[in-house]
Amino acid sequence: MPAVSKGDGMRGLAVFISDIRNCKSKEAEIKRINKELANIRSKFKGDKALDGYSKKKYVCKLLFIFLLGHDIDFGHMEAVNLLSSNKYTEKQIGYLFISVLVNSNSELIRLINNAIKNDLASRNPTFMCLALHCIANVGSREMAEAFASEIPRILVAGDTMDSVKQSAALCLLRLYKTSPDLVLMGEWTSRVVHLLNDQHMGVVTAAISLITCLSQKNPEEFKTCVSLAVSRLSRIVSSASTDLQDYTYYFVPAPWLSCKLLRLLQCYPPPEDGAVKGRLVECLETILNKAQEPPKSKKVQHSNAKNAILFEAIALIIHYDSEPNLLVRACNQLGQFLQHRETNLRYLALESMCTLASSEFSHEAVKTHIETVISALKTERDVSVRQRAADLLYAMCDRSNAKQIVAEMLSYLETADYSIREEMVLKVAILAEKYAVDYSWYVDTILNLIRIAGDYVSEEVWYRVIQIVINRDDVQGYAAKTVFEALQAPACHENMVKVGGYILGEFGNLIAGDPRSSPLIQFNLLHSKFHLCSVPTRALLLSTYIKFINLFPETKSTIQEVLRCDSQIRNSDVELQQRAVEYLKLSSIASTDVLATVLEEMPPFPERESSILAKLKKKKGPGAVSGSELEEGKRDGGELNGGAERVCPLFSSLYSLLSLPLFSSLYPLLSLLSLLSILSLSLGPLTLPSVSLDLSSHRLLLLLLLLLLSSAPNSCSFGAEECSPPLPESDELLNKFVCKNNGVLFENQLLQIGVKSEYRQNLGRMYLFYGNKTSVQFLNFSTAVTCPGELQSHILYSLNVQTKPAEPVVEGGAQVQQVLNIECLSDFSEAPLLNIKFRYGGALQNITLKLPITINKFFQPTEMSSQDFFQRWKQLSLPQQEAQKIFKAKNAMDAEVLKAKLLGLGTALLENVDPNPENFVCAGVIQTKAKQVGCLLRLEPNAQAQMYRLTLRSSKDTVSKRLCELLAEQF
Amino acid sequence: MMRFMLLFSRQGKLRLQKWYTAAAERDRKKMVRELMQVVLARKPKMCSFLEWRDLKIVYKRYASLYFCCAVEEQDNELVTLEVIHRFVELLDKYFGSVCELDIIFNFEKAYFILDEFLMGGEIQDTSKKSVLKAIEQADLLQEEDESPRSVLEEMGLA
Repeated sequence: MPAVSKGDGMRGLAVFISDIRNCKSKEAEIKRINKELANIRSKFKGDKALDGYSKKKYVCKLLFIFLLGHDIDFGHMEAVNLLSSNKYTEKQIGYLFISVLVNSNSELIRLINNAIKNDLASRNPTFMCLALHCIANVGSREMAEAFASEIPRILVAGDTMDSVKQSAALCLLRLYKTSPDLVLMGEWTSRVVHLLNDQHMGVVTAAISLITCLSQKNPEEFKTCVSLAVSRLSRIVSSASTDLQDYTYYFVPAPWLSCKLLRLLQCYPPPEDGAVKGRLVECLETILNKAQEPPKSKKVQHSNAKNAILFEAIALIIHYDSEPNLLVRACNQLGQFLQHRETNLRYLALESMCTLASSEFSHEAVKTHIETVISALKTERDVSVRQRAADLLYAMCDRSNAKQIVAEMLSYLETADYSIREEMVLKVAILAEKYAVDYSWYVDTILNLIRIAGDYVSEEVWYRVIQIVINRDDVQGYAAKTVFEALQAPACHENMVKVGGYILGEFGNLIAGDPRSSPLIQFNLLHSKFHLCSVPTRALLLSTYIKFINLFPETKSTIQEVLRCDSQIRNSDVELQQRAVEYLKLSSIASTDVLATVLEEMPPFPERESSILAKLKKKKGPGAVSGSELEEGKRDGGELNGGAERVCPLFSSLYSLLSLPLFSSLYPLLSLLSLLSILSLSLGPLTLPSVSLDLSSHRLLLLLLLLLLSSAPNSCSFGAEECSPPLPESDELLNKFVCKNNGVLFENQLLQIGVKSEYRQNLGRMYLFYGNKTSVQFLNFSTAVTCPGELQSHILYSLNVQTKPAEPVVEGGAQVQQVLNIECLSDFSEAPLLNIKFRYGGALQNITLKLPITINKFFQPTEMSSQDFFQRWKQLSLPQQEAQKIFKAKNAMDAEVLKAKLLGLGTALLENVDPNPENFVCAGVIQTKAKQVGCLLRLEPNAQAQMYRLTLRSSKDTVSKRLCELLAEQF
Repeated sequence: MMRFMLLFSRQGKLRLQKWYTAAAERDRKKMVRELMQVVLARKPKMCSFLEWRDLKIVYKRYASLYFCCAVEEQDNELVTLEVIHRFVELLDKYFGSVCELDIIFNFEKAYFILDEFLMGGEIQDTSKKSVLKAIEQADLLQEEDESPRSVLEEMGLA
């Protein structure tokens, strides 16, 4: 029996544990426990005061019961009592109970804190350690409040015992992690850093965890630790295996401390001091050399400890990413491990190589191991190792090996573990898109994906293939042909039906010339799958059918027949039923011209972050996909989209207006579009005063459309005069309002227009005041807001015109008011236009102005520290994210005026951020419905030259550019 | 830093749990259940590391007991493996060829040893000597404390 049970054990506890172990069933165990709980409760409540020993024993029993998985709701008070016992074992059990079963009961915490305070003051190192352990275990806010100022003192005091120092360091670390605001290191910083020099290895080992954490948060203040860490590391690395006595572990000197030192160095860039750097490089070389030496022991502990240091050293080399020689050596070393007999090493080598692959210095070296990695993917018996191999293949993929890697991943997918299939699918999809030189290969790959692992192909993946096919006309015919063939398979995945349905609906005409894929055959093929599909897919197919009616008039009667049958038109699913009804109606009453407009080919999709990359990022957590990878994805995506110039302005405007996800949007889109196209046929330019474009009412609009169609469409006319082009001075007028929200927008001899506006997040409200300066009535007064040319109308106006059309008269000297509600859906550059028409003394006045709505109106100011600011500034370092202008000052360079203007811009003006006090830096986030765009601004006045340099950085190039243009006019 | 350490048997009985971050009891139970299932399903030759939620799991089996640590993304797996081994060595040295029963019957001792070795999820001391010295000192205090008691008294019958 172990030494401990010689005489000091608690016999009652041992008996109880034996009883529990002898229980034959769960029920018997619960019965025994309940009996014990009742017993303990009665003892605690009993009149007879319990002695310390009994209390300790019962508290320990409770602890055991708790660890068996039962809830304990009493005994806390008794445990707290034990804390103030002067017997060590009683105190120890009390602390253990508190540590394991902390209760946020504030009354108790106060008592616990009292006991801790006494023990910390006791100067008995054993008691002090117990108290420190308890603080570290509980780590609550109240404890931090009580002790955060005391513990640093204990840590650095000259007379503190080493063991207490160790506990104090880690206790402080825990408090810093839970309540960083309460741990103020200021005056202690230098003494804490110098613990790295402590003679006692245990103290250094404990302290370095604290120093690493503090350095991560305050790198500047702690940067002296770099040279200390390097010299400590150097001493360990060059020491003989016995020098460090008990800190040598299986012939490896201080492996834990070495790893921690290497980790600490990863908080910093390479040392600037040449001597320090030289010494460090020497250490890293020694570590790499040692890996080649024969092992000093056959024990796995020896090789683990040695390799732990090696992997940490490689992590540091990768972190520095500046020593090509070391990077290549690291890569070779990992290459050896790839074929090591230890599974653990193969796993770690694959993992570590993944990060090496992203370094430009070692990317090529990593690629040479492709065959080994592919064979690992095929032959490793452990799924977690295969997962790493797949990750590495993904990381080492580039244009030169993409086809091979994608093919290998696809073939692996057929037998892959279920747990990693979805991620594999995403990776294949991303690689196929990123490195597609020929798009038929891309289409084949994705269709293969759907065939092999259809269940794991998420929406994002098949949305993406459609986006790409739509945006590239050179692949559309091929895509149509391939999906048509894929659909021939007797059992094809529903995702294939979706992709097939969509693509044939758009581009079926490209293969209709072949008698083997004539329109009717295409339709019959799709419809043969219809009944096996879920509701969303059927809804999609119905949209395909209406598109077919437009593409192939000869299918009209067959499709109408299908739409008309009871299973569609009376379908119990509202969505299907409504689509059937509306499509049937649309197909029977709209003329071919109208149909052709309504059902026109989808316009190219606006390029945004690849939806699948975003998905992978979400899946793996941020950091899994590097920023550059995202950017690259974007860039390549942009390339994909560059070609096609066949925008249907109306459609695209509506598309962006609705900014709905890909496919589900087709239906409401069609509804809205139908309406608008009809209206536009009769209206000419698209002005819709008093019609609220509420998304939720699209059905209503569709009904309205059908009404309009079935009555005489030509009879509805809303006034046909063209709007005049914007006034020449309208840009200048607009610029006046960039940094302010209220004022006079326009004035001539007849009319004055005042503006008042307010914005909150992505919403705004604008009041326009129209003043008649004459003594004569304005007749037929009307106003309309339109979005310009390309109508990248990312702002949705729901107009609420207070002057009703019935009284289009503004009396002489009177003022009328109009309210505009504004919602910013996405970022935009062009301001919307306001057109005013009225008759004054028989002459028609027609004025068009730019409405003073600019992107900066949707700024939310963001306060940030200097460090945060520059970190973000660096993150936005791609050339397209920055816009810069150097321009001559138009007004006096008064700092106060500049400040007022920058505040008016809507950003936060950050003080004490820029090292040069003459400069101004601002930060803000533009709130649009679609997304938020963070922007940073820096304005550098040069008083001597009377010039400014203005730099804007934001995550969106158009935003940086637009803000830069707007602001350059302000100073 | 280490987030938690679990010791459980091949039968899925939890023998020791040490948490270094705050979490609701319910979540802890769920995590323990889930993780035991994952680890127990793995075959002997498989690697000792796996990704689980946002953590890295490092585990090793000693006789009938699994030692399982959850560490963070940037932590070193191999060194964690040796943390486990060092802990086993400490238990072994203290109990004298430790077995699962020792840990069951002296769970509080196992906690004390672990506390001397790790604190707040970080290593306090890697020296076997220092850790054991601390525990032995405590045991000495304990022996001084305790006056012998009769068996009947122990069992609460006196």
